[in-house]
Amino acid sequence: MANLELRNLNKTYSSKVVPVKDISLKVDEGEFLTLLGPSGCGKSTTLRLIAGLEQPTRGQIWIGERNVTDLRSGDRNIAMVFQSYALYPHMTVAENIASSLKLRHLSKLEIRQRVTDVATKLGLEELTQRKPSQLSGGQRQRVALARALVRQPDVFLLDEPLSNLDALLRERVRAELKQLFKAQNTPVVYVTHDQTEAMTLSSKVAVLYNGNLQQLDPPQRIYTHPANRFVASFVGSPQMNLFVLSCRDNAAWLGNFPIPVPLPTVPPQIVLGIRPENVCLARAEDTHTIQGQIYLVESLGMQNLLSVRVQGAPELTIRALLPAAWQWSDDIVKLTLSPQSLHWFDAATGDRLF
Amino acid sequence: MSLIQNLKLVHLPKSKTSNYSHLLLSVFVLLVAIFCLAPVLWQLLTSLKVNADISAVPNVYIPKRYTLAHYTELFTRRPFLNYIFNSALVSITSTVLCLALGAPAAYALARLRIWGEQVILAGVLIVTLFPYILLFLGLLQVVQALHLGNNYLALIIPYTAINLPLTILVMRSFFQQLPRDLEDAAKVDGYNIQQILLQIVLPMTVPALVTTGILAFIFAWNEFIFALTFITRESLKTIPVATAQLGSSSVFEIPYGAIAAATVLGTSPLVLLVLLFQRRIVQGLTAGAVKG
Ligand SMILES: Nc1ncnc2c1ncn2[C@@H]1O[C@H](COP(=O)(O)OP(=O)(O)O)[C@@H](O)[C@H]1O
Ligand SMILES: [Mg+2]
Repeated sequence: MANLELRNLNKTYSSKVVPVKDISLKVDEGEFLTLLGPSGCGKSTTLRLIAGLEQPTRGQIWIGERNVTDLRSGDRNIAMVFQSYALYPHMTVAENIASSLKLRHLSKLEIRQRVTDVATKLGLEELTQRKPSQLSGGQRQRVALARALVRQPDVFLLDEPLSNLDALLRERVRAELKQLFKAQNTPVVYVTHDQTEAMTLSSKVAVLYNGNLQQLDPPQRIYTHPANRFVASFVGSPQMNLFVLSCRDNAAWLGNFPIPVPLPTVPPQIVLGIRPENVCLARAEDTHTIQGQIYLVESLGMQNLLSVRVQGAPELTIRALLPAAWQWSDDIVKLTLSPQSLHWFDAATGDRLF
Repeated sequence: MSLIQNLKLVHLPKSKTSNYSHLLLSVFVLLVAIFCLAPVLWQLLTSLKVNADISAVPNVYIPKRYTLAHYTELFTRRPFLNYIFNSALVSITSTVLCLALGAPAAYALARLRIWGEQVILAGVLIVTLFPYILLFLGLLQVVQALHLGNNYLALIIPYTAINLPLTILVMRSFFQQLPRDLEDAAKVDGYNIQQILLQIVLPMTVPALVTTGILAFIFAWNEFIFALTFITRESLKTIPVATAQLGSSSVFEIPYGAIAAATVLGTSPLVLLVLLFQRRIVQGLTAGAVKG
C-alpha cells in the first residue's frame, strides 16, 4: 500500500498547448480523488502522465517511496480503466482479465484463482469465455473494471469510466463503484466532467481548469466554499447566480437593493455569488431582500426554477429554486438571499474574498 | 435508390407488387451476371470442347462432347506445373514481402510523429500515379545492370515495390482507425513494444492484411509485361506469359482449347482465394468507413 504524489507536474506539447501547467497533489491510501473539470482542461493528460503513457515536461510522480517519473508504464504497478474500456477484442473475457497477470509470470493456479475471484465479485462468471464483441456496454465496463482490480495495483486510475453508459445504468454502476473501491485500501484517481459523479464518489475533489489546480477539497467544501469564481460557476446545478456589482456605502448594489459586504475594506467592484436554492421567498423579518419581475418559470418536478429580473437593473437575472407547491399570483416577487450562503469573489482575480 | 427499394421489397411478405419487383430484380441481376461472366464462361466452355467443336461454324454453344484433353495436354506436352510453381513462388514471396515491409511502415506513419510525414505520404501517393508500364524500360536497364535477368528476384522486387504504396496507404488508414487506447492499455498492463505489436496489434490487423495481401497477390499473379521482358528462360516463366506463348508456338494453328484451359487454370486459384476470404475482404475494404 502506498500513496501517490504529484510534484509540480507540467506537460507542454507546444508553446500554445500546455494541458497541464503546474499540478501538485497527494492522494493517500484509501482516498478517492476525482479530477473534475470541463472538457479539454487537461484531466486525461494528467491521468496519462500518472500512468506513464506520456512523459512529463517537468515535475515528478511518486508512488510511496518510489520516484516513478522515468519508469515504464508497465513497471509502475498501476491499473487504468479507459473511457472506451480498451478490451482486447481477440481475447476472451478471462484472457483479458488475466493478461497482466500472465505478463507478471504468476503461476497458472494463482491466475485462475484471482480471475475467478474478481469475476465472481463483478458478476462475470457466466461471461468468462465470451469475446468482448459479444458483451453489452455495461458488461464491457465490468470487464474493464475486473482487469484493473485483478492486478491489486498500487494506484487505480479511471478515465470517465461511466460516460459510455446510459443514464440509469450509470447511476447503478456509480453506487457499485463506490462500494468496490471503498474495499480497496489503495489511492484512486478518477477523472470526470460530471459533477454528480465527483460529488457522490470522491473523498476529495480536485477542480482543474486551464491546466491548473483550482481547488482541492472534500466535495462538500467545494460546494459550500468554492475557492474562486470558476469553481463556483462550474460546481452545482442549476448554476450559481454570479453578479459583478459596484459597491457604495459598504454594500454591493443589486439593482435598487443594497447587499451588505462583510469585508473590512470594500472594493469598488465585487462579484456576488448565491446558489438558486439559497434564494427564498422573503418573509417580513428577512434582511437581504430584493424585488423583481418573474419572466420564466421552469418546472424541475420537485421544484420550480424561477428567473427574475431585478428591479433597478433589468439586465441582471437572478434564478431561484422554489418549492413546486408555491403558487404565484403576481409577476412581482420579493426574495431573500440567505446571508450565510453568500459568496464574495474578487472582481479582477476571481478569488474568494469571503 | 430504386435498387435499394427493390432490395427491401424482396423481403416483404408476398403481394402482387412485391412479386412483380422480385421478378424484375432477378432478371436484372441475371443480366448483370451474364454480362460480367460471359467471357469467363466462354473460356471455360472452350476449354472443355473438342477441337472440332471449337472451330465449327456456326458456333457450338451447347456442345454434345466434352473433353479434358486440353488440360492434360498442358501438363504432358508443356511444363505447366512448373509455370504454376513459378507464378506461385513469385506472387507469394512478393506478397509476403510487401506486407512485411508495408505494414510496419504504415504503423509508423499512423502512430509516430515523424518529421516530414506529409512529404512521405505525398511521395507514396505520387508513386501510385505512375503508369507502371512507363517504368519498365528503366527497370529493364536496372535488371541488366544487376544481372538479375532470368532470376525470380527480377519479378519479386518490382512486384513488391509496385504493391507497396497501396499496402502502406490502406494499412495506414486501418491503423488510424484502430483505437489507440488498446495499445495504451497494453502498455499499462506491462506488455513491451514487441509484445504489443505481435500479441495485440497483429491479431486485430489480420482482416486488413488479408485484404491488401490478396490485392497484391492478384496483381503479381496476373502481371505480364515484366514477366515477359525480364524472364526468357522457359523453366522460369509464369502462367500469363506461358499462356500467351502457347499460341505463338506454331504459325499454322492457334490452340484455342489449350489457351482456354490455361486461362481457366490460371484464374481458378484467384477465384478460390477470393471466395475463401470473401467476408474478410469486405470487412477490410469497409474498415474505417464506419466506426464500430
Ligand atoms: N498528444 C497531444 N498532442 C497535442 N495536444 C494534445 C495531446 N493530447 C492532448 N492534447 C491537448 O491537451 C488538451 C487537454 O486534453 P485532455 O487532457 O484530453 O482534456 P480532458 O480534460 O478533456 O481529458 C486538449 O486541448 C488537447 O487538444
Ligand atoms: Mg478526457
